[in-house]
Amino acid sequence: MASLATGQRLKSAVCNTEIMVISAPDGDLELTCGGVPMGSDGSNESGTVDPNYANGTTIGKRYINEDGDLELLCVKPGDGSLAVNGTELKIKESKKLPKTD
Amino acid sequence: MNIALFLEMAAEARGGRVAFKDALTGESISFAGLYKAAQAKSQVLHESGASHCALIDTSNLTIPVALFASGWAGIPYVPINYRLTSEEIDALIDRVKPAFVVTDAERREAWTDRSDLIVHDRQSFREVHAKSEDVAHWSMDPEGVAVVLFTSGTTGAPKAAIMRHRHLVSYTLMMEFDSAEEDEAALVTVPPYHIAGIAAILTSVYQCRRVVQLATFEPDNWLKVAREEGVTSTFVVPTMLSRIVDSLEGQRSADLPNLQAISYGGGKMPLNVIRRAMELFPDTEFTNAYGLTETSSTITLLGPEEHRTALASIDPTTQKRLMSVGLPVPGVEIAIRDDKGRDLPTNVHGEIFVRGEQVSGEYEGIGSRVDEDGWFPTRDAGYVDDDGFLFLDGRADDVIVRGGENLSPGEIEDVLREHECVHDAAVVGMPSQEWGEAVAAAVEVSREVSVEALQMWVREHMRSSRVPEKIQFWDELPYNETGKLLRRVVKAAFVDSP
Repeated sequence: MASLATGQRLKSAVCNTEIMVISAPDGDLELTCGGVPMGSDGSNESGTVDPNYANGTTIGKRYINEDGDLELLCVKPGDGSLAVNGTELKIKESKKLPKTD
Repeated sequence: MNIALFLEMAAEARGGRVAFKDALTGESISFAGLYKAAQAKSQVLHESGASHCALIDTSNLTIPVALFASGWAGIPYVPINYRLTSEEIDALIDRVKPAFVVTDAERREAWTDRSDLIVHDRQSFREVHAKSEDVAHWSMDPEGVAVVLFTSGTTGAPKAAIMRHRHLVSYTLMMEFDSAEEDEAALVTVPPYHIAGIAAILTSVYQCRRVVQLATFEPDNWLKVAREEGVTSTFVVPTMLSRIVDSLEGQRSADLPNLQAISYGGGKMPLNVIRRAMELFPDTEFTNAYGLTETSSTITLLGPEEHRTALASIDPTTQKRLMSVGLPVPGVEIAIRDDKGRDLPTNVHGEIFVRGEQVSGEYEGIGSRVDEDGWFPTRDAGYVDDDGFLFLDGRADDVIVRGGENLSPGEIEDVLREHECVHDAAVVGMPSQEWGEAVAAAVEVSREVSVEALQMWVREHMRSSRVPEKIQFWDELPYNETGKLLRRVVKAAFVDSP
């Protein structure tokens, strides 16, 4: 369990996934990727992706929790899926804007 | 948070794709190449010990390299208006020293060596190597300053507007990552020191869209480059669109079928120019974008659908929408307030306030202008209609916006008053087909003098954009009881008798 800070970059311990925190609620959360807690150091050679959390991540997609107070940006894709306190995060649907610049 | 992250992502997803092409030299760089260059130069910047990276040049491939390298190295990137005089540039550089300066070859040649500056031209910047092979790790601190932009200094010395990584990241995240098709290209003609120029780099990289840089604007060449490069989207200031439309005089269509989108902003768009443009570019979607330096660019948009509806409608309210700057973008709120700070209802004119993650509203040495609830006073005047569409009246202060360039009436008045025949002067903006607003002056003279002589006088002392296009001679300029010049009275005289 750890608290997450806006702008923080975290790596999966069991796949190539990396994320940046866009927004996070106060207090401790257990953020996992592939079923294993994420950290700033990254891969753990012995670990593997838990088959229950193996839907993968997509670069550039934004992941949110049910409450909508946690939002992550996937900056490197991997095989594990993101979850908080055991619940898998969902991809946030984005609104298409007209081209502006 | 760090803007360099967007380049890392683009290099990961579309490394081989062309990221930037300089239309003038024909040179280009891929996303992977740009990432590598930014990484190498970030170490150079880091070792230099400079507190800022200043860039004084037209658009070229070193611009995105310097922007991302600065973000990576954790020092602010400071693009400076290359049209300023050397004295003006020196004064700005003094505020960001010790600085690493990248400029054009001619300016570097003329530069006097100073111990607090490291000066490179485009070529030497490309060739300089870091001493160490280390790779600087970028900071993810959202509060780090990414960009410092000098405002045009309408009320005294230029203010240094600060944009932190979190503001620019928040702005860029409005876009969808890697959403551009392989064949898409954005034509960027706004100068590097304009917030729209910076926004164009960030959003294009995030969307993995190729940017075609055009260092100088000339309508026929703009059309030629757009055609040759298969440009699919572009941003123009109203003056550019007006000149493009003029250069297509007599033609039925611009014949640019690939051009999917034109967005415009940075000044008031004359109604007949946008109408004519929509006829000449029948397959192109038009978007009006309103934003400020202090808000990390766009805060409201009038989209293609509203443009079409307004053009086709016979209902006056809907027709009028073409003159609106549209609705707030996601994450941005707009309020209209009176001079006491009280919220005003719809259709009532007041000052525009804005709130959102992308709003910085902060200046070096001055601090934040954002209030405790997050609202930033734009100093622009306007109102919101019943459906939430924002309309601009102009600047809350009296700045003249000529072709996207902000001019201070006070400065021009000062120069006019220096003339031996001039007793007093009042400078205002008057509506202009070509420039949105043009400079007009009312003068009280003590001795007879010609309009031409006064125009020549201003031209000798200031940049040519400051020269009044119209000068009227008044017996007495209008002042109120507290000695304040009644500019609106002067303004009205130029509207009534153009």
